[in-house]
Order: sequence, then structure tokens, then C-alpha cells
Amino acid sequence: MESNQVIHALYDDDDVLMSAVKAVRKEKHHIEEVYTPFPVHGLDKALGLEETRIAIMSFIYGCIGFSIAVLMINFIMIEDWPQNIGGKPSFSFLENMPAFVPVMFEMTVFFAAHLMVITFYLRSRLWPFKKAENPNPLTTDDKFLMEIPLHNNEKELTQLLKKTGAIDIQVIDKEAH
Amino acid sequence: MYTFPRQLKITALSFIVLGFLGMAYGFLAAPSTVEEAQAMVATAHHEGEAHGDTTAHAMPANDHAEGTQAHHDTEEHASNDHGEHLLHQLQNKPWAAVYVAALFFMMIALGTLAFYAIQRAAQAGWSPLLFRVMEGITGYLLPGTLIVFVLLALSGFHLNHLFIWMDPEVVAHDKLIQGKTSYLNVPFYLIRALVYILGWNGYRYLSRRYSLAQDEATDIRYHKKNFQLSAGFLAFFIVTESMMSWDWVMSIDPHWFSTLFGWYVFASMFVSGITVIALIAIYLKSKGYLDKVNDSHIHDLGKFMFGISIFWTYLWFSQFMLIWYSNIPEEVTYFITRIEDYNLPFFAMLVMNFIFPLLILMNSDYKRKYLFIVMAGIVIILGHYIDVYNMIMPSAVGDQWFIGIPEIGAFLFFLGLFIYIVFNELTKAPLEAAGDPYLGESERFTY
Repeated sequence: MESNQVIHALYDDDDVLMSAVKAVRKEKHHIEEVYTPFPVHGLDKALGLEETRIAIMSFIYGCIGFSIAVLMINFIMIEDWPQNIGGKPSFSFLENMPAFVPVMFEMTVFFAAHLMVITFYLRSRLWPFKKAENPNPLTTDDKFLMEIPLHNNEKELTQLLKKTGAIDIQVIDKEAH
Repeated sequence: MYTFPRQLKITALSFIVLGFLGMAYGFLAAPSTVEEAQAMVATAHHEGEAHGDTTAHAMPANDHAEGTQAHHDTEEHASNDHGEHLLHQLQNKPWAAVYVAALFFMMIALGTLAFYAIQRAAQAGWSPLLFRVMEGITGYLLPGTLIVFVLLALSGFHLNHLFIWMDPEVVAHDKLIQGKTSYLNVPFYLIRALVYILGWNGYRYLSRRYSLAQDEATDIRYHKKNFQLSAGFLAFFIVTESMMSWDWVMSIDPHWFSTLFGWYVFASMFVSGITVIALIAIYLKSKGYLDKVNDSHIHDLGKFMFGISIFWTYLWFSQFMLIWYSNIPEEVTYFITRIEDYNLPFFAMLVMNFIFPLLILMNSDYKRKYLFIVMAGIVIILGHYIDVYNMIMPSAVGDQWFIGIPEIGAFLFFLGLFIYIVFNELTKAPLEAAGDPYLGESERFTY
């Protein structure tokens, strides 16, 4: 059984953090997680994370919203209770389509945005009243934290992290979750 | 320093010569009598049917009910009215072809100038590597605006009849135009045009001078001056651009009005300008220049092309839907002529300016591939030419439109002139604004 020990290195600048991430990855250490107070541009690439697929999902959700809007408005305004739109009682979806464009647009955006947020929560395993996983409250203010699992290489890692400009290094026993 | 490649110079000059011949043909082929005009339409009618292009010719009497020009003539010369009207339209056609192309390429330079001023005023860090490309494009602004001014002045001196409100005979029988004469009269119109042209070119001249002076400067004095100048220019620009769009485009249809027309024309020129910046930057890169311009810069220009294309559609649709919905006769004629007589260009423009860029530029990776940017760019440029065409032609030539030799000739002529002047301007200064304080940030720029 591997030890549950992890090392926490704290940084106070995003540029220093970026070069630290690159240096640590160059030494073939696995970085478990990085906690930052704001999104750092290019950090995902530096960490070697897989590219997000949420853009594809967003497109699909938008298409679903668009289709639902078309079906809904066709039923409401044309089939169920035909409406005289703009003094043009044609009762045809296509001829009245300009009036429905705002609805179609809003539904597309609504579906894309909400379903994307829900997808993101599910993928990140976030739900209401969940206990925060964030190990150090400073990372919600102005500090950056890098978490690296230890494999009996505490000295070597500590030296490396010091060299990269970490302002604080701690070894922590992580409880299993 | 950049040198104007011989091959490109020859291409530009041959476009100018070919285009000039096409334009000259347009003027020579225009009819001078009513009989000639009617004979031309009779043959064109048969050709039109042969090509299956029936929508444009199927209802020749339509413009009597809808076209604004028709109203005045009907009371005066009831007998020969249709022939006379047709003659005017066909005589207008070569002039309108020249005017559309002249206006379109002037608008590319003006849109680029606005983009440039926004970069300066926002002190953008990503774009300084592209400043010289933008300055090259805005080099066309002076000749472009002067050509448009000459065309407007010729109209003012009744050498053509593009703007019917300039004709005292028409105004005498038109109550609506009479109510607008304090604004729509030739002297005030030309003075306004001069004010816009002076203001825009004055900014362009000073900003270019400061930009070049900054290359040699030891401090950032000129950069700061440019910042202040650009902020002031943007305030001047948004007012004069709006008035320009009423004067040079909307007044061609003097009964019709739209309150967001200035924005709509601005969106069109803005996206055309940004697209041309991207196309020229990619061309120069492919020739080994601008080596510091990286994929991220092109990506950002692609984002702007995508975003402003959607912005243009938003404005186009806002204008269209309100007028379509309210269905007020004096407003809705504008779209009835366009949908009935200009069906193909009207809807083709929507596909080219909205659906095509939307689908092709949506993917983040595609915006970094030069092939996709060039493809989308060429379609956007042609689409916005058709946009300007749709703004001018229905009021100038009614249902007698055709994109033939005069129109293509005028487009080629101004394209050649544009290429010649822009690339000539690029040779006059180093392609890198070496003294710009944000140049380092621009070089390191990654998204």
C-alpha cells in the first residue's frame, strides 16, 4: 500500500507557478492538482491535461434547445391556437419565422448555458452542501497551491520546489476519500 | 523593409485596366433614349427567362407600387412614365456599379481605421505586431474617400441621378422630401462629406506620424499622444460614421428611414476591415514576413471575424424584424423590393455573412488554421460587397439589377487600386512597429 502523503507547495504569483509546473513536470513528477484563486491561462496545457470536451457538449445542448424551441413555438403559435402575427394571418411557421427568432435564440442559449453548467458540476463531482476539497483557504485569496503525491522522495522534491520559488512547503497526510 | 512584389503589382495593375474597361463598357452600353431602354429590357427579359431567373423580371409593374422613385413621375408624365423610368434606371446602372464598389473599398479602409483606433485607445497588448498592416490598409482611406466624394459631387451637379432628392424637379412634387430639404440639400450635403473626410484622414495622418515617430523615440511620448488622439477620434467617428451612413447610403432612398442604420453599416465595414487585416497578415506571413505574428494573433482576428459577423446579423435582423412585424407601408417597401426583386442576393448575403462564418469559425482549432480563415474571409468579403450592393441598387436601378460586366469591372478596378495603394503603403515603413511599448507583450502573446 502506497503512503497517502502529499506535498503542498504554495506560490504567490501565477507566472512563478507556471514555470514551477513546467519544471516539476520536466523532472517527471506527477502533479495531482493545482488550486488557484483565478483561472490561469495555459495552465491546463502546462499540466498536460486532456482537452475539454465541454465545447462539443455545448454545441449539442444548443441544438437541443433550438429544436425544442421550434417544436414548442410551432405547437403553441401555429397548431394549438393559431395566431395572427403582425397582421399577417398566414398560419404558416415559415412565413412567421422572423417573429420566432428571438425565442429560438433565447432557448438555444438557455439550454446550452444551463446544461453546460450542470454537466460541469457532474463531471467535477460538485453538489450542494458538499464539503470543500480545497486544502488551504489562502488559495481562495491570492495564493496558488500545487499538490504532489510523495513516494519516499520528500527531500528531493522539497529541494526542487524550493528552487522553483515556492514560499511554503508542507508534507501532509491526506485522508483517503 | 517590405518591397512590393513585381507579380502582385502586375496583378493589381491588370485588375485596374480590366476593371476600367468593364466600367467604360457599362457607360457606353447604357441607353440614351426611351426606345433603346425598352428594346434592351425586351431582349433581357427573354434571356432572363432562359436562365430561369424569373423573380427579377416577372413583375415589371411592381416598382410603380413600391419603388419610391415611381411616385413623383406618375402624376407628371402618365403616358410615357414607365419607359422614362426604365431609362433612368438603366442610365443609373453603371454609376451605381461604380458607387457600390467605391463605397465598399472605402468602407474596408474606414472599418480598419476604427479597429486600429480601438486598439490604440484600449492600449491592447496583443495587436501592436499588426499595427503596420492596419496602417497600410488605412492608406487607402484618402484616395477612397476622395473618389466617393467626387462621385457624390458629380451627383450633386446632376451628372448622374443616383440621389433623386438632388433633383429639384422631384422635390417640387414630393412633400416628404420637401420636409427634409433643410438637411438634404446639395451644398450642406457636400460640406458634411468634407467634414467627415477631413476628420477621418486628419486622424489617420497624425496617428501614422506618431506611430512612425515612436519607432525612433526614447520615451513613450508618441504612444501616449496616439492614445489620446485615438480616444478622441472614436468619439468623432461614431457620430460621423452614423451620419455618413444616412448621407451616403440611406438618403439614396429618401422616403425610408431606419434608426439603427448607422450601426448596421458600421458592423458591415468593421467585419470587412478585420477580415482584410487577417487576409493581408496571412499573405505577408506566407511570403516570409511578419515572422513574429503567431497563430494566436490569427486566432484573435478569427474570433473578431466570427463575433462581428454575428453582431452584423444581430443588427440586420433587428432592423428587418421590427419593420417586417410592424408592416408600415412606407417602411416595409424597403424589404418588399429586396425580397421580391433581389431575392437571390438578399438571402445569399445572409448565408455568406452569417451561416457560413458561424459554422466554419465556431471551432476553436479552425481559427488557427490559415486555410479556414482565408476561406471564411473571402466569403465574408464577397458577402459584404453584396450587402452594400443590396443597400444601393434597389433604389438606383429597381428590378433592372444584374451582376454583369459593369459591376464586376467596378469591383476589379477598386480591388486593383486597393491592392496597389495598400501594398505600396506597406513598403514605406518597417513591418514591425519597433518602438511600441507593448511590442514585447504582443510577441509573447498566447491565448
